[in-house]
Amino acid sequence: MTSSLNPRFTFETFVVGAANRLAVTAGRTVAENPGSAYNPLFIYSGSGLGKTHVLMAIGHAAKTIASQLNIEYLTLDEYVEAFHAAIAAGQGDAFRRRFQNVDVLLVDDVQFLTNRKEMQAELLRLTEALQQSGHQIVLASDRPPAEIADLDERLISRFSGGLVVDMGIPDYETRVAILRRKAEERGSKFQPGVLEAVAKVEYPNVRELMGALNRLIAFQAVNDMPINEETVRKVLGVPTAGSPTAGSSTVASPTVGSPDEFSQFLSDVTVTVGKAVEAWRARVAEAVMRWEGEGYRTGRLEKLLEQETPAAVDEAIAAYVQDVERLKTLEAEVAVLDPQAAGEKVFRDPDHMEAAEAAAAKVREGAAPPPAPSAAFPLETYCAGASNEVALNAARDVIAKPGKKYNPLVIVGRSGLGKTHLLNAIGVELARKKHAVVACLSTQQFVDELIAAIDGNRVDWWRARYRRATALLLDDIQLLAGKERTQEELFNLFNHLVDADRQLIFTAPAHPNTLEGIEERIVSRLEGGLVAEIAEPDKDLRRGMLERLLTQHRVPVEPALLDYLADRPIDSVRNLTGIVQRIIEAAAAQDAPVTAGLAREVLEGAPVPRRTTGLRTSGIVVSSAGGVRSREKMVWDWPTSGDRVIEDLR
Amino acid sequence: MSLVNFTAREITCKIVYYGPGRSGKTTNLHYIYGRVPETRRGRMVSLATQTDRTLFFDFLPIDLGQISGFATRFQLYTVPGQVYYNATRRLVLQGADGVVFVGDSQARQLDENIESLQNLQSNLLEHGVDVRAMPLVMQYNKQDLPPELILTPPELDDALNFRSVPSFPADALHGRGVFETLKSVSELVLKKLAAGSPAS
Repeated sequence: MTSSLNPRFTFETFVVGAANRLAVTAGRTVAENPGSAYNPLFIYSGSGLGKTHVLMAIGHAAKTIASQLNIEYLTLDEYVEAFHAAIAAGQGDAFRRRFQNVDVLLVDDVQFLTNRKEMQAELLRLTEALQQSGHQIVLASDRPPAEIADLDERLISRFSGGLVVDMGIPDYETRVAILRRKAEERGSKFQPGVLEAVAKVEYPNVRELMGALNRLIAFQAVNDMPINEETVRKVLGVPTAGSPTAGSSTVASPTVGSPDEFSQFLSDVTVTVGKAVEAWRARVAEAVMRWEGEGYRTGRLEKLLEQETPAAVDEAIAAYVQDVERLKTLEAEVAVLDPQAAGEKVFRDPDHMEAAEAAAAKVREGAAPPPAPSAAFPLETYCAGASNEVALNAARDVIAKPGKKYNPLVIVGRSGLGKTHLLNAIGVELARKKHAVVACLSTQQFVDELIAAIDGNRVDWWRARYRRATALLLDDIQLLAGKERTQEELFNLFNHLVDADRQLIFTAPAHPNTLEGIEERIVSRLEGGLVAEIAEPDKDLRRGMLERLLTQHRVPVEPALLDYLADRPIDSVRNLTGIVQRIIEAAAAQDAPVTAGLAREVLEGAPVPRRTTGLRTSGIVVSSAGGVRSREKMVWDWPTSGDRVIEDLR
Repeated sequence: MSLVNFTAREITCKIVYYGPGRSGKTTNLHYIYGRVPETRRGRMVSLATQTDRTLFFDFLPIDLGQISGFATRFQLYTVPGQVYYNATRRLVLQGADGVVFVGDSQARQLDENIESLQNLQSNLLEHGVDVRAMPLVMQYNKQDLPPELILTPPELDDALNFRSVPSFPADALHGRGVFETLKSVSELVLKKLAAGSPAS
């Protein structure tokens, strides 16, 4: 909750001038003798004049002098947030204790106390407690205590009881010193007189002064030539104040006439020109300027100006604007599909609309939608039972209110319990909704796609593809382990989608917080939604599944067979499928009907090799075309270790 | 010279300060130069003799910025007033969009004023321009001199301004009347442009 001190903000890097000398001296004194010199110290100044810098510098200096000191810097907003969180968690007392144990408390942006009665009371209590125990409190605000609206009288007197100092706008010399130091820090060199010329511009604060310096640095870098004093004003866009005699050999004395004679003249001429230039030409010229300024080609409009008396100027301008609007729409559409393509010139040329339409169509075609859920896993065929009730109910809620109820939904359970089925089933349902773009894929595929995108320098495109998804469903999230870049991308994607109320669903073999190699920030987000567990199938579920499987294979459902199979301890849905398959195959081989007896014979009599279980992944690779390839299903009859022992004994 | 270039979206006005020697044409330009912000004015070119008499001409470009979507520039010129520089005067007049006639208000300079005015007329004719078609403004300079030495504006109007163009009493040295004159001639020039262009 507490911000750390910015290492750049120390007293050494702070340029002291007449306007801030008092504040800096007081700050240094406080840092040297926390709690005993000025307590509280209240610093105020306009925005961008270095309050935060001084506040942090006090923290650094105090820490340097006595490293054991417990120093906390935070903004009032952070303080409020921490307080609310603590109250919500029933930890109000712990919160108070925590701050009362701080040796130097630095609170920034105190002006936000306005209209926060409970925070004012809290801060009053804290200030009193800190003062009593000899701990230092330093506050910064953009206005003096008495001017903070609605501030408790007691706080005003408390704040004013220490030392209240203000920091003003730095004078010219200080501004030059600041510019020199910052330019040196950035490793930029300027011709003599340049920084002085910048300093002459009276920016209202240091932040804007830095902005001006940045512009000069950028300009110098781009143009690859040193800026001189004359170009400074041009680069900074500073209008020159009318200086009638400066630099000119005028013989006129400035005693007669106001210095604004020229401005007056200019405004008169503007009116005259406006009248003189025919209205239509002015309209066209203004349209040209406007759209040219926005980066559009204006050839069509310029042609109008060449004509003596063009007909229907307004219609021509309107048609042009309509084309530009269409280009904007196309560009926005393309930007979503492929940000790189959006920057193409073709979307800035209203004279070649067909080319723009064609380019957009090309991007549309090329923009493959993210992998869709497999239709092979409909929700209807998902058997319900006590073991998956929670997950299934959550799934139904998510389908009913995507992005609203459980976001993210994390389905956990061992391999073979039907997580992938449920995930795809939810995906299929979500995809039925209007304008839905459901991305449903395995984490492995997600990782592979990212690698391919990085390889093809198309990460933006890849990102955009998922960012427009209305739901993202990732199977086997544990495969993210160790894939730092994918985790980073997923983290950003996660935040983007959740912020836009898009649904996220994941599957994992175990609770996210037990997965190894997944970053904390992702784990905490996964845990922040609903983690629904699917347990081993219960008897009812097994029965339901068997019935469905047998019916699928057109095997008459014999109660005895059903009872026998349902009673067997089977730990996963996938095993159940395997067993049914084996029995049916055996029946086909023997050309006998599927009965309980045959099943018993197959499963207990002749030990037919069976496959192992316990792979960490579902192993089901779902193609977006709806087909299913399951490498495990193909080789389901691998021997279990128990069976293998019997085999070996034989 | 093209006054208005619609394709390039530019308006360029060439205004020539005309008048007899020592009437204060260069002084007008100096005053304007001093009032125009650095960013808007170009370098004032002044070719003068050692005694500060204009040898060739003065030239002051002023950039008025974007007006109604047009980059508007004024180019102010003076001609050398002395009689024997007529070739230069004729050259400078070429392509002028407007003329400011700077007259010397001193009574004893009346003949020079008249002579210069006639010279203007004949030089314009040389370029095939009828003085009546040229935007023209009169400025009666040196009105700050003792009254006994100068003619009053009405008297000067009677003597010089037989076409009743706008006229301004001035004290160019101190700026009185300078911008009024410039504004007036600018308006005439721009109005002529409006009248001369096809209506929409």
